[in-house]
Amino acid sequence: MFKKVLIANRGEIAVRIIRACREMGIASVAVFSDVDRGALHVSKADEAYAIGPAPASESYLNTEKIISTAARCGADAIHPGYGFLSENPAFARACDEAGIKFIGPPPSAMEMMGSKTRARQAVQAAGLPAVPGSDRGLSVEEAVSLAGEIGFPVMIKAAAGGGGKGMRQVRTPADLRPAYATARSEAERAFKNGEIYLEKFIENPRHIEIQVLGDEHGNLIYLGERECSVQRRHQKVIEEAPSAIVDEDLRRRMGQVAVQVARAAGYTNAGTVEFLVDSGRNFYFLEMNTRLQVEHPVTEMVTGLDLVHLQLQIASGKKLPLRQADINIRGHAIECRIYAEDPDNNFFPSPGKISRLLQPSGPGIREDTGVYEGWTVPLDYDPMLSKLIAYAPDRTAAIARMRRALDEYFISGIKTNLSLFRRLLEHPDFAAARIDTGFLERMLAFKADANTSPEGLVKIAAISAALFAARAPANPDQNGKAKANGEKPNSSNWTRTARIEALRSQ
Amino acid sequence: MIYEVIIAGKTYKVELSPAGPTWRCKLDGCVIPLDVASSQNGVLSILVDGKSYEVRQETTPTETNIVVGRERFGAVVCDSRSLRSRRSSGGAESGLKKVIASMPGKVLRILAPAGTAVEAEQSVLVIEAMKMQNEMKSPKKGTVKKISAVEGSTVEAGQVLAEIE
Repeated sequence: MFKKVLIANRGEIAVRIIRACREMGIASVAVFSDVDRGALHVSKADEAYAIGPAPASESYLNTEKIISTAARCGADAIHPGYGFLSENPAFARACDEAGIKFIGPPPSAMEMMGSKTRARQAVQAAGLPAVPGSDRGLSVEEAVSLAGEIGFPVMIKAAAGGGGKGMRQVRTPADLRPAYATARSEAERAFKNGEIYLEKFIENPRHIEIQVLGDEHGNLIYLGERECSVQRRHQKVIEEAPSAIVDEDLRRRMGQVAVQVARAAGYTNAGTVEFLVDSGRNFYFLEMNTRLQVEHPVTEMVTGLDLVHLQLQIASGKKLPLRQADINIRGHAIECRIYAEDPDNNFFPSPGKISRLLQPSGPGIREDTGVYEGWTVPLDYDPMLSKLIAYAPDRTAAIARMRRALDEYFISGIKTNLSLFRRLLEHPDFAAARIDTGFLERMLAFKADANTSPEGLVKIAAISAALFAARAPANPDQNGKAKANGEKPNSSNWTRTARIEALRSQ
Repeated sequence: MIYEVIIAGKTYKVELSPAGPTWRCKLDGCVIPLDVASSQNGVLSILVDGKSYEVRQETTPTETNIVVGRERFGAVVCDSRSLRSRRSSGGAESGLKKVIASMPGKVLRILAPAGTAVEAEQSVLVIEAMKMQNEMKSPKKGTVKKISAVEGSTVEAGQVLAEIE
């Protein structure tokens, strides 16, 4: 087993990996940018080293700096987490060359699955189900003719794509050429690769993915599915395991295809095979993510396994300690991704200082967090703060448990999407598991009725607002903002709010 | 102490006087039997006739909310001084209006420099934070009188970015 592991990441996932290292008796090394000196992962790790300025390109994406830091402190492996360098085959190769183990799949598998068109070729060559479409980059003329063949609507996608970039839905032949042009320029800007391919658009699909795990001795297993259909702009918002529409038979069939996809790529370590599932429960290969996923905890809850422990064991050359028959799915888990963003204002990011943080606890609640009270969330990175996971014997109980935990959860100082989850989890369609990838956008298109609160609670709120004002100490504003606005320094937050309101109504 | 609290456009008059460890309270002239305790900053426990309410004060750079159980209320508390300034601030569409940063970030582009005629809701400048670009819009139709930020600079939430006349 490794003696010391460097974690080339930040935020909750760095903390998550440090915890696994601690449990396994492995020394952990954090790296941090200038704005992350006070970050949680730095204080939790056994060692921590600065790697550069705030922009990720000069710190968390700085291959040379990270590898030289690992070499200098004597780390024998690097865990990349997700995002940043996790799916970068050049980084994995550079680790190899420096004699440091990259905890993840071989670079060749990352390269094959990193190109969406090469991945489709491999899947089709193995005779596995993929969404109908092209398996190579197309010129605009080829795209027009193929779309005519497979029928509209179609999806135009960047071969190097991810996170919804370089992706366009096209409903009519007239829209194809302009959509192709914008997707291409977006892909060139985002990925420096303008290769565009085309797929049939599956109407209102579910997004269901299979977790796979492979060792370096040829053993590959699947750990069931995750339902990730609740998305906004192709970004997952809530994930759960198992999926309400997947039964034993479908799970086995999807699992076997996922294992075949992984085998075709020569895959090892933890990976995820994503599928679209149509209303007839037909499933189609979408893509493979060659890393630990954000949503891995829901799989951990229902399988009772620790995926990061297993990743470390596999990377150190050990055989998988489990066979397929050992994998049982038990209970139901739901995860909410808590972001510093404002759901009432078009999901504007809301970095800043967390002035108050009350976290839920109690039966069946797990929180993987990267923040603490008093921490200033930097504006340089992804706005994810934390992942809240609820586990219970069945889906209904898991939803009730998550709603209870959300009521306990309180963050002040910055805006978060907690209110979105409260709304989502009480939606009758979510309760009935009538969800697809368009569900959340449809829900958001309906404005929530703001005046449904019971009158009694409004009175309590009014009294409380006055109580908070009466109790507020009349001392200078801590952050000096009031002063900057030309106000007297001893005005309380309340009167300041009143003046901000007054400013707005000018 | 007398406060006026505005929630969802409705004004509540709250009279408070300290009574030992708790408070005597009148809401719009009616006495409310209140038992208040607070052990944590920003959190109150309120008992009214045996009913228990956990109330939390949620502040963000631009607003303050009161959270009672799972309900959230945007609330503005006025003392007499701020009430006066509020009332004397004039008509809604007249005079100078400000474009205020709704979050901290970096000014990426100025779309409407000083002197530009703008429509209501037209984008004046673009701020980037957390990999997302956000357009700050004009609150009214008019002319950009002043831009108080330069491209590439970092701004705080609540900072005035531009003035529209």
